[in-house]
Amino acid sequence: MTKIFSPLGRTMQRRDFLKVAGASAAVAALPAAVRGAEPVKVLLWSWVPDLQLQVDMFNAAHPGIKIELVNAGQGDPEYQAVRAGLQAGSGLPDVVQIEYQHLESFRQLDAFADMGQYANAHKAAFPEATWKQVAKGDVVNAMPQDTGPMAMLYRKDIFDKHGITPPTTWAEFADAAKKVHAADPNVFITDALFSSGDWVTALLWPMGWKPVSRDGDKLVININDKIAKDFAAYWQELITAGVIETKPGFNNEWYSGLDTGRYATWLTAGWGPVFLTSFAKTSAGQWRAADLPQWDTSKFATGNWGGSSLAVMKATQHLPEAAEVAIWLCTDPEATKLYTTKQFFFPCTSALLSSPEWAGNKMDFYGGQAVNEVFAKSANAVTPFEWSPFQSFLYQSMSDEFGASIGGKGTLSDAFDRIQDAVVTYAKEQGFTVA
Amino acid sequence: MVLSNSPAAATRPARSGGSTLRKLAPYLFLGPFLLLFIAFIIAPLVYAFYISLYRDTLVGGRQFAGAASYIKVMGDAKFWGGVWNLVLFGTVQMPIMLGLALLFAIVLDRGQVYAKGLFRLGFFLPYAVPSVIATIIWGYLYGPTFGPFTQMAKAFNLPPPDFLSPGAMIFSLANIVTWEYVGYNMVIYYAALKAIPSDLAEAARVEGASPWQFARLIQLPLLWPAILLTIIFSINGTLQLFNEPYLMRFLARNTVNSSYTPNLYAYSLATSNQQYGYAAAVSFVLGIVIASASYIFTLITNRRRPEQ
Repeated sequence: MTKIFSPLGRTMQRRDFLKVAGASAAVAALPAAVRGAEPVKVLLWSWVPDLQLQVDMFNAAHPGIKIELVNAGQGDPEYQAVRAGLQAGSGLPDVVQIEYQHLESFRQLDAFADMGQYANAHKAAFPEATWKQVAKGDVVNAMPQDTGPMAMLYRKDIFDKHGITPPTTWAEFADAAKKVHAADPNVFITDALFSSGDWVTALLWPMGWKPVSRDGDKLVININDKIAKDFAAYWQELITAGVIETKPGFNNEWYSGLDTGRYATWLTAGWGPVFLTSFAKTSAGQWRAADLPQWDTSKFATGNWGGSSLAVMKATQHLPEAAEVAIWLCTDPEATKLYTTKQFFFPCTSALLSSPEWAGNKMDFYGGQAVNEVFAKSANAVTPFEWSPFQSFLYQSMSDEFGASIGGKGTLSDAFDRIQDAVVTYAKEQGFTVA
Repeated sequence: MVLSNSPAAATRPARSGGSTLRKLAPYLFLGPFLLLFIAFIIAPLVYAFYISLYRDTLVGGRQFAGAASYIKVMGDAKFWGGVWNLVLFGTVQMPIMLGLALLFAIVLDRGQVYAKGLFRLGFFLPYAVPSVIATIIWGYLYGPTFGPFTQMAKAFNLPPPDFLSPGAMIFSLANIVTWEYVGYNMVIYYAALKAIPSDLAEAARVEGASPWQFARLIQLPLLWPAILLTIIFSINGTLQLFNEPYLMRFLARNTVNSSYTPNLYAYSLATSNQQYGYAAAVSFVLGIVIASASYIFTLITNRRRPEQ
């Protein structure tokens, strides 16, 4: 990653800017205002609903900068547009919303600027694992906007009915799975979303899985390592026993399944609790949250599923202003608080994660439990993780091969072997040196 | 190319010369079409062909690759697996769809049907439903746990059908496509039936032909050009299947993978894999497969009915 500004090359303006970045909004607006009357336009691509609210707050507080907000599509469509812009060398935004798992893929395309000189001052505002998603050492490409630390939502009524205490380990989870299905063949402890590579990744994450990592110029590909094989053996046993389902999520069948008690748990992320309330109307009040089951109870560890960041594009002509947009939208106390009440984001900043108002929010849907506390605990226990430089391909291979195994072609363990082969072949085709 | 060989085109009366304006007029009328055709069909095709000669890699960027991508497609099991899926799909689905369309057209053409307009509209209506919506509707109906078929089976204590299983998926998709396109093909047949001169029907009646004989000996042979046309259309449509399997992936990712049909494969190559050149080559080879299939089909049918 190339550094755009050497410390010696910094101008007075930039140093001023650096000093005040992150201070109160009114002060932050000063340098830009001093520069000239015409506000600098910063083009922002994001699919966050109602983001215009925060954008208006930013524009009001920054007379020298004006954000132009464009929704260029959610996820893949937006990434397509970014890739097309990178190829054409034009038509790119200054600041762009990117999910964490795709940051490394865009770094590979040399898409981002290094805004470390502005952003590093905010490192302490986020949990360590969250910051490590957007920064590599002092090089910072993006600011964390929302995250999805993993925990477990479960149906208290179903567990109570069958005399099950919420499992704290995966061994207990497996026992509970067998017990609940034996007691009622129409109930499964969970629907394991093997068709979603991101869900599987979130569960392999705390085990220390390193599917694709860099060693200097080389790629180290260890998709079917011991960790993956242990994981595969665990879930294969539950699949073979027929005590879990493995259907794709986020369709009507699955929504109904969660709402009507077909599934007793949903292993989900920080954005899950609010999302669940949007469709599980009849089971309101029966749900509770608990920690993600653990492999090793001596060191509590979780993973992350979803969430996204605001990255600054290398092509921007206004790096200081673009960096200010990304930083402010992800750190300003009022703007970030609004995400949790308007957009229902799971917050990124340590300040919000520990705020009594957010963390202590008791929801009737969860029987008055402060579920955010459970997920906030998880947020601080997310372990570091390294993404591949071709994450879309890896996810697709995972979906294809897990799907094939569940459809009868071998076991999950075989699927990991097939993914390993596919990814090694692909990486070599793409010009990487595979160690 | 295909259409000019068909008997329908041969029966068109030849026009003799006229004034200059008269000669120019067709091109003026064609103008708007040609403009759009060049902008949205020809130009993208040329660009896609250009791209297909290059290779995009994450390390090293775009390099000229010549025919390398085309050679790779020839031995790509995922591509040919997708083509094979659709050959199976077509051999089952096409005869059923076109057979039903023919049956409905002949029945509607008979005088003695009540509420003829209602039925005609009813058969045609699914075609007016966008295929995306149709697939979502059928996806709900197929639901393995909460779908109405499952609920009905449970009510009668029968084992619920699994429409989304690996073995059943191709038939479930075939059913959606049949539902969508029976009406469209029926309208083509119905129009062709209406074009049969009524004196032929009269003559047949006078000669004492049964309805079955009339259908088999008079209507079917006269419908032959229309049937050929619909078969060519169906071959084209089948091999380009995309919307239905793409949406079914959200319900049955364990069955429909990223290379289930060739178009789905090309889409995945261009999006998830960032292999734009290879995706373009796959699309072109698919185009060649479709053109060859249509051409071989016309050759066979032309040879079989030389006197028509």
